[in-house]
Amino acid sequence: MMYPAPFRYHRPENLNAALQLLQRLGEDAKPLAGGQTLIPMLKMRVGDVTDLVDIGRLPDLDEIQLGESEARIGALATHARIAASSVAQRLPSVRDCAGGIADAQVRARGTIGGSISTGDPSTDWAPMLHTMAAIVEIQGPGGKREVAIDDFITDAYTTVLQTGELVTGVRIPLPPARSGGAYIGYKRSAPAYPTAAVGIQLTLDENDVCIAARCVLSAVASRPVTSAAADAALVGTRLTEEDLRAAGELIIADTNPPADVRGSADYKRSVLRGLFLQVGAKALQRAKGENIEGEHNYV
Amino acid sequence: MSETKPEFVEAVDIEITVNGKSYQRSVEPRMLLVEFLREELRLTGTHIGCDTSYCGACTIRLDGDAVKSCTLFAVQADGAKVATVEGLATEAGLHPLQKAFSEHHGLQCGYCTPGMLMSASALLDEIPNPSDKDIKKRIAGNVCRCTGYQNIIKSVHAAANELREA
Ligand SMILES: Cc1cc2nc3c(=O)[nH]c(=O)nc-3n(C[C@H](O)[C@H](O)[C@H](O)COP(=O)(O)OP(=O)(O)OC[C@H]3O[C@@H](n4cnc5c(N)ncnc54)[C@H](O)[C@@H]3O)c2cc1C
Ligand code: FES
Ligand code: FES
Repeated sequence: MMYPAPFRYHRPENLNAALQLLQRLGEDAKPLAGGQTLIPMLKMRVGDVTDLVDIGRLPDLDEIQLGESEARIGALATHARIAASSVAQRLPSVRDCAGGIADAQVRARGTIGGSISTGDPSTDWAPMLHTMAAIVEIQGPGGKREVAIDDFITDAYTTVLQTGELVTGVRIPLPPARSGGAYIGYKRSAPAYPTAAVGIQLTLDENDVCIAARCVLSAVASRPVTSAAADAALVGTRLTEEDLRAAGELIIADTNPPADVRGSADYKRSVLRGLFLQVGAKALQRAKGENIEGEHNYV
Repeated sequence: MSETKPEFVEAVDIEITVNGKSYQRSVEPRMLLVEFLREELRLTGTHIGCDTSYCGACTIRLDGDAVKSCTLFAVQADGAKVATVEGLATEAGLHPLQKAFSEHHGLQCGYCTPGMLMSASALLDEIPNPSDKDIKKRIAGNVCRCTGYQNIIKSVHAAANELREA
């Protein structure tokens, strides 16, 4: 068996106690949420962790609410609960993302707050939340603050979180009528992280002309890849395959995916081209009001 | 400022109900639940395959959810109800899932089987009449190197039928 190095374990009763503890213990203390990233890392003895502060049972941090103009998902909501929630019903790309992460066992434990806090470029929530222009709620010794999801992850495995701060939730502004999105990955198997993934949110006017677009590529750079040029290229078009292909080239051309066990840079670029068309077509159908399922592609 | 790295950490008292029986133990915080089950309680039905959160051989149920016990500290399960493969059979005999796996060749070497059974039991509690797709989605985190999965899917259908008729 692989053993983590010894650590002290704390289970505070509420959020304030957790925040005070984290501040007192300093930078080598880590919050433990679902543990689906942290425990494998501790078993491989990555990092010098002295203390774990188990936030997994903190009350009220796992609420999922669908409001009039926005949805709010508490940091401790698991992927599985989000997939089955009213928010996933309303926002199909949330359903694609939550239901496609890993396997049922990991989805039952892993949390949205833990996922974005890893800053891991292969995880799905941060890129998916980009397509919705979501806001991250943070609480720390200095009080509360809010950060746009695009500013939250600064580099691979690096976020704006300071020692002692916790993510408490994410807020998703609800898209207008005639808006639809999809988030789909290409995976070697369920428990494997995606080789690449694409998310697109499209908004149409009453003549089916695109009036807003937000695209993202995931798992192919040190952080989610966005492109104002690709988004702008889609606006004013009718989102034909040619329009999507042209915008895809704009965002894909700039990426240089790392060659690794999941494939070469060229291979990943061709996966991205296929995914971009597939996700764009699905987002368009959904923007037109069709209720269709999205599923990751498994090799 | 930061704490020093501990070389030794005091054991923590925990209480976990496993297959309906309550156990109180003192454990090191770094003890994984799978090890607690296998070494402390001698419930060796739960297998360790990859030890890297990938294969699902260690799947148990934690308050109903199928989860990987190699990716959970025993201290995190303090106060929880855990179900393992040992809890499936009753005095009346094997659980319908176990019977179906045996009758429909849902196992060969048996290494993945305890995890498969626990994932399948969580599925059937939630969806008593699953489709092929429901089954595939639920066991996608359970790797089997022997059967090719087809007979596992057949077995889960057979058990679902029997449970619905019961
Ligand atoms: C086999 C396997 C396959 C996976 N496949 C995928 C996949 O396909 N796609 C995907 O997106 N993810 C995947 N994951 C990762 C999974 O989604 C994790 O659940 C997630 O990345 C981390 O969430 P967690 O709650 O488990 O966090 P933890 O592991 O508990 O914590 C992760 C990190 O975030 C910190 N942290 C946790 N919560 C907070 C908070 N509220 N505020 C501040 N810091 C916090 C911790 O200190 C730690 O550094 C996979 C994991 C496994 C084991
Ligand atoms: S031993 Fe736990 S997932 Fe393989
Ligand atoms: S029966 Fe051998 S691994 Fe599944």
